[in-house]
Amino acid sequence: MSRSVEEYLKAIYSINEEGRPAKTTELAKRLKVSPPSVTQMLKRLADEGLVEYSPYRGVTLTGRGAAIAQRVVRKHRLLERFLHDFLGLRKEKVHEEACRLEHGLSDEAAAALCRALKRPTTCPDDNKPIPPCTLEVESCDECETASFEESRLLTQLSNLKPGEEGIVAFVKGGRRARQRLLDMGLTKGARVKVVNAAPFRGPLEIEVRGSTLALGRGLAGNVYVELPPHGPHRWRRGRGWRRGS
Amino acid sequence: METRKLRVALAGNANVGKSVIFNQLTGLHQHIGNWPGKTVEKAEGTLRFDGYIIDVIDLPGIYSLSTYSLEELISREYIAVEQPDVIVNIVDASTLERNLFFTLQLMELEPRMVVALNMMDVARDKGIYIDAEKLSKLLGVPVVPTIATRGIGLTELMHKVIETAEKGEAVKPPVYGPEVEARIKTLMELLEDVETPYPRRWIAIKLLEGDEEVERIVYRLKPELRGEVERLRREIEEIHGHDAPSVIASERYAIASRIAVEVITLKSPRRRIGEKLEELTVHPLWGYVIMILVVLAIFYGVFSLGDYLSQLIEAGFGSLRGLYVTHLGSGPLAELLWSGVIEGIAAGVTIALPYIIPFYIALSLLEDSGYLARIAYLMDSAMHKIGLHGKGFIPLILGFGCNVPAMLSCRIMETERERILCAFAASLIPCAARGVVIMGLVSRYIGFQWALTLYALDLLIIFALGRVAFRVIPGEPLGLIMEMPPYRWPTARVTLSKTWFKLRDFILKAFPIMVLGNFVIYLSAIMGWLPIVVDALRPVTVWWLGLPLETGVTLIFGLLRKELALVMLASLFGTSDFSAVMTPIQMYVYSLVVMVYVPCIATIAVLVREFGLKRALIITLIEIGFALLLGGIAYRLLLGVLTH
Repeated sequence: MSRSVEEYLKAIYSINEEGRPAKTTELAKRLKVSPPSVTQMLKRLADEGLVEYSPYRGVTLTGRGAAIAQRVVRKHRLLERFLHDFLGLRKEKVHEEACRLEHGLSDEAAAALCRALKRPTTCPDDNKPIPPCTLEVESCDECETASFEESRLLTQLSNLKPGEEGIVAFVKGGRRARQRLLDMGLTKGARVKVVNAAPFRGPLEIEVRGSTLALGRGLAGNVYVELPPHGPHRWRRGRGWRRGS
Repeated sequence: METRKLRVALAGNANVGKSVIFNQLTGLHQHIGNWPGKTVEKAEGTLRFDGYIIDVIDLPGIYSLSTYSLEELISREYIAVEQPDVIVNIVDASTLERNLFFTLQLMELEPRMVVALNMMDVARDKGIYIDAEKLSKLLGVPVVPTIATRGIGLTELMHKVIETAEKGEAVKPPVYGPEVEARIKTLMELLEDVETPYPRRWIAIKLLEGDEEVERIVYRLKPELRGEVERLRREIEEIHGHDAPSVIASERYAIASRIAVEVITLKSPRRRIGEKLEELTVHPLWGYVIMILVVLAIFYGVFSLGDYLSQLIEAGFGSLRGLYVTHLGSGPLAELLWSGVIEGIAAGVTIALPYIIPFYIALSLLEDSGYLARIAYLMDSAMHKIGLHGKGFIPLILGFGCNVPAMLSCRIMETERERILCAFAASLIPCAARGVVIMGLVSRYIGFQWALTLYALDLLIIFALGRVAFRVIPGEPLGLIMEMPPYRWPTARVTLSKTWFKLRDFILKAFPIMVLGNFVIYLSAIMGWLPIVVDALRPVTVWWLGLPLETGVTLIFGLLRKELALVMLASLFGTSDFSAVMTPIQMYVYSLVVMVYVPCIATIAVLVREFGLKRALIITLIEIGFALLLGGIAYRLLLGVLTH
């Protein structure tokens, strides 16, 4: 993933986070580039299935886009915490510093950083939430022993756009909620497709194991799915996403 | 030939045509009630077949046998403890994999079992063809293909049921992966001296899954097992890298999926008519437009039909009154009998029944057609604001007409916690009768905008109290997760018989309470106890609420039917020009109190019936207290604002 793509996704992520689509002009200002080159880049991102572009409204991240953005934003905000809390950098300074460091940080080092910082939940400069860790662990105490597969693209089911598909990686959340999700077929390895999403952050309509379910956003946020890498892919049982259609 | 008795239980997911099969089998020989002490419906019926008298129990529609809902607990307890002769597992052929997940769980309880592979027609339309024989071989359970809506396959199903009952072989539970099986075996050995009604293997699996209910049963008998269970659970987690419940659920689904792949042949699907409609009814714009129209139509249909029936019946009772007076006179005893008993019944018949019948029909149509799921889907986000999820919208809307059907419809919520939350919120909705008071006093004499402020205030109260209840009522709040069934035509037979049996149950349970309440109030009126009560209420009505003394009586009578609070006021004052006897502030406060204080006696009766006496009383007392509190505050506030 190129650095500029990551920068774009990060910017769109933080605008979407405020509950609105990102406009071209706003992105141009944030990324300090000209509006025409933003438009060009957005077209590329849309072609790669990372963003959804609707004229006049702006862009939002797809599940794939969100998965990549979350990874970078998480590193970014953890670094900000580190720079501020550990090294005592001033609040205004941490953002730019973190921007330079985030791209070189491995997932494993990010997890270590999270542990060392005692699992912070927000970043220091604008108090935005740090995206959740996508490691499959019972509790935070186990993340030391978790396995890191840098190539896996993981995000919550709630981030997927209608038409997107993923494979359930694991389910988090309270006992009853998790039991219910498992019972309805959202077990590891199950293929889910988002068919529709209700407006006002309402539930998602998903297809899983041949049946159609409505799933509230909150519950969908407990389900972590693995997304196919770019291009035509097929899920092979036990082997993950494989190239070829 | 001697007739033999059999007990058969129907089990399966929701929306698989279970109630259709139940109705086809039992016809009019059924009884709908509650499971003892639970708010879960229990439907039983009998059928004579081939020299047998077969009792059929329709278990609730569920997706698993865990502890997620009361329905699941009731079902598994029934199967294990009551041990019906045969379990008929009804399976939706069009979503075989998910349905087989439940079949496998039923098999773990090791009953005698037959699978009804239902909705073969729907599956075929989706291009799914199933080899029933192969499925039977793979499961080790007889499988009968059926299309219940057209009665196809049901005779063969019953033959298989009798055959299975006579042959008497319990099914073999499914076998999981070696790592899990080894631990199940270890646990089974340790459980040898633990006697429960459940199969030992099932207990072992449930302990590994961390089922609280089974843990409670087992650890009470053998507390030292806890350490061992936890150790085995950890071992599974270490091998699979997932917690044990996920591993076991995944293995069950793996088996279900393997079987489904083997028995299904996929062909190209037919384009269903419903498909387009399914898209349209969840459309971000048209979905809402359609929903509003449908809800309005139902609302209008239920209440205009209700009004019509109600007036018809009331007229009937009016002429009865004339007859009564000519034959029995109007002495005090005859009057007590009329007002205390007959009018109590009349109130039930004229208020409750005319609205409940069309309501039951409408709700049944909504549920059976699959549209209810769409409404819940569209309204989920808005309903979360008051701590409910999408399905709670139906009771709230119905509440504006009459709280009684609203209370009854709270059953569509899955868990007890959500049911009570929903009932509480719905009982605060100003019903049509409360609307009469608000319109007749506030809107008429003070102004329509003031009536609107009352409605706005009420929504605010529901929001606030709903929030509080959401925090106070124990249990894990759960989001929306439900099936979106494909649209299908409801059958008249199922709809009508459902309506009839529910209605019968309602009359038997709720009517006595209404009649008794009515009798007590009239008796005290005739015995001259009312003035004492009214005087005792003086501090509340006159001092705290600033209302005329007479309102003490009307507030009590408002319990019977809320519009009486206005009608009686007119007769007590001897005028229906309220502006001559009440100040605008008094009217406003009075309407506010009437709006919030206890729902009418019919609603309380339903609350008792659905949730038990204790919780009905709690809700009632909270609402009385809150109404008085608000009324007093409003009185002082308005007085303060208007005099300065």
